[in-house]
Amino acid sequence: MTDRDDGLNRRKVLECMTWAGTGVLWTVAGGVPTSLGIIDEAVAAKQKGFTFLQISDSHMGFDKPANPNAKGTLEEAIGRVKALPERPSFMIHTGDISHLSKPSEFDDAERIISQARLDVHYVPGEHDLLDEEQGKLYRERYGRGSKGAGWYSFDADGVHFIGLVNVVDLKAGGLGNLGNEQLEWLEDDVKGRSASQPIVVFAHIPLWTVYPQWGWGTEDSARALGYLKKFGSVTVLNGHIHQVMQKVEGNVTFHTARSTAFPQPAPGAAPSPGPMKVPDDKLRTMLGIASVTFKQNEQRLAIVDTPLQG
Amino acid sequence: MTMFKTISLKNMVVAGITAFLLLAVVPARADDVAVKIGNFTFGPQDLKVKAGTTVTWTNEDDIPHTVVSANNFRSRPLDSEDKFSFTFTTPGTYKYFCSLHPHMTGTIVVEAATGSTAPPP
Repeated sequence: MTDRDDGLNRRKVLECMTWAGTGVLWTVAGGVPTSLGIIDEAVAAKQKGFTFLQISDSHMGFDKPANPNAKGTLEEAIGRVKALPERPSFMIHTGDISHLSKPSEFDDAERIISQARLDVHYVPGEHDLLDEEQGKLYRERYGRGSKGAGWYSFDADGVHFIGLVNVVDLKAGGLGNLGNEQLEWLEDDVKGRSASQPIVVFAHIPLWTVYPQWGWGTEDSARALGYLKKFGSVTVLNGHIHQVMQKVEGNVTFHTARSTAFPQPAPGAAPSPGPMKVPDDKLRTMLGIASVTFKQNEQRLAIVDTPLQG
Repeated sequence: MTMFKTISLKNMVVAGITAFLLLAVVPARADDVAVKIGNFTFGPQDLKVKAGTTVTWTNEDDIPHTVVSANNFRSRPLDSEDKFSFTFTTPGTYKYFCSLHPHMTGTIVVEAATGSTAPPP
């Protein structure tokens, strides 16, 4: 279930009011939230910042040797989420919810992920748009309130979140693709915003060129990043490559999350990027989730990747 | 004269049978062209076939792929071991790719069925 319309904003307002009730008074100066007064136990919690989670590449329906039980490992990942001592504000899912876009696969994902009892903001992976009408199923389930193939933005705790779709209309020989319509929307979406507002962009395929030989990059990402140049803090969260990678370029931090389904090889480390079979006792060290914390007055968001095991 | 007629008739019958056999055999051989999808590549990547040939792609990866040639053909997503076939009736050069992994590309050059030296239009 996504909830990126007014419902979320109302809920966030209510949540902030709850915080105010326990003693934190929020103000927004230049787009960056700062707490003015702090009382009792809220001190510890709020000093840790505002936290959301990223999960990615659930691949419901995948049953090949690299992980015959992708459902089980997603359940384990959601179990980890439920066990967190601090409840995150929401989750983002960076695509490949399903393996073959089958209704039953989306159903399984929904049943398991909803157990976390968090709002989830989705963007599609290429595996989510494989139905006859190339994404109709995805958009019916996850696309409410989104534009085009499923892009949208929302604000939470003073941070501006932008969900992009770079898995549609891919060109032969090319990489991931945002397309002109989406890029124009993005330019407009960030135009009036203060440069000091932290930006979080999330999309399935990496928005930086990880390894073009395997298609790990996005053709027109430079134009997208150009629109975000003025911002002091930009965090780009991706999936697709089923492994953790990070790169910092000026004010932009790029990060990819692990899959909950199966690992993929490091760039160039295998003949192809196909699912990597590892010994059974190693699998859970290569699957997992990411937790992202925004700390007040810090430019970079703290990203902690947690494997299912080890 | 009658002898000649008989022979020529016989020859014609033989020629006819031979032609029939050739027609039956040549397309049958051409029908059977296979392209393997493995390790995120099409193999062979470049292929030359006669018009009328059916090419069958088989996905041997653990990840779905597609076979797409703009305005010509488009497979459904092929899960592991799934196949897709297309019969090339018109000579020409057909570039195709996997719409999920666009770095995967291939080419089929289709030549006219008769006159193997005839250049494709």
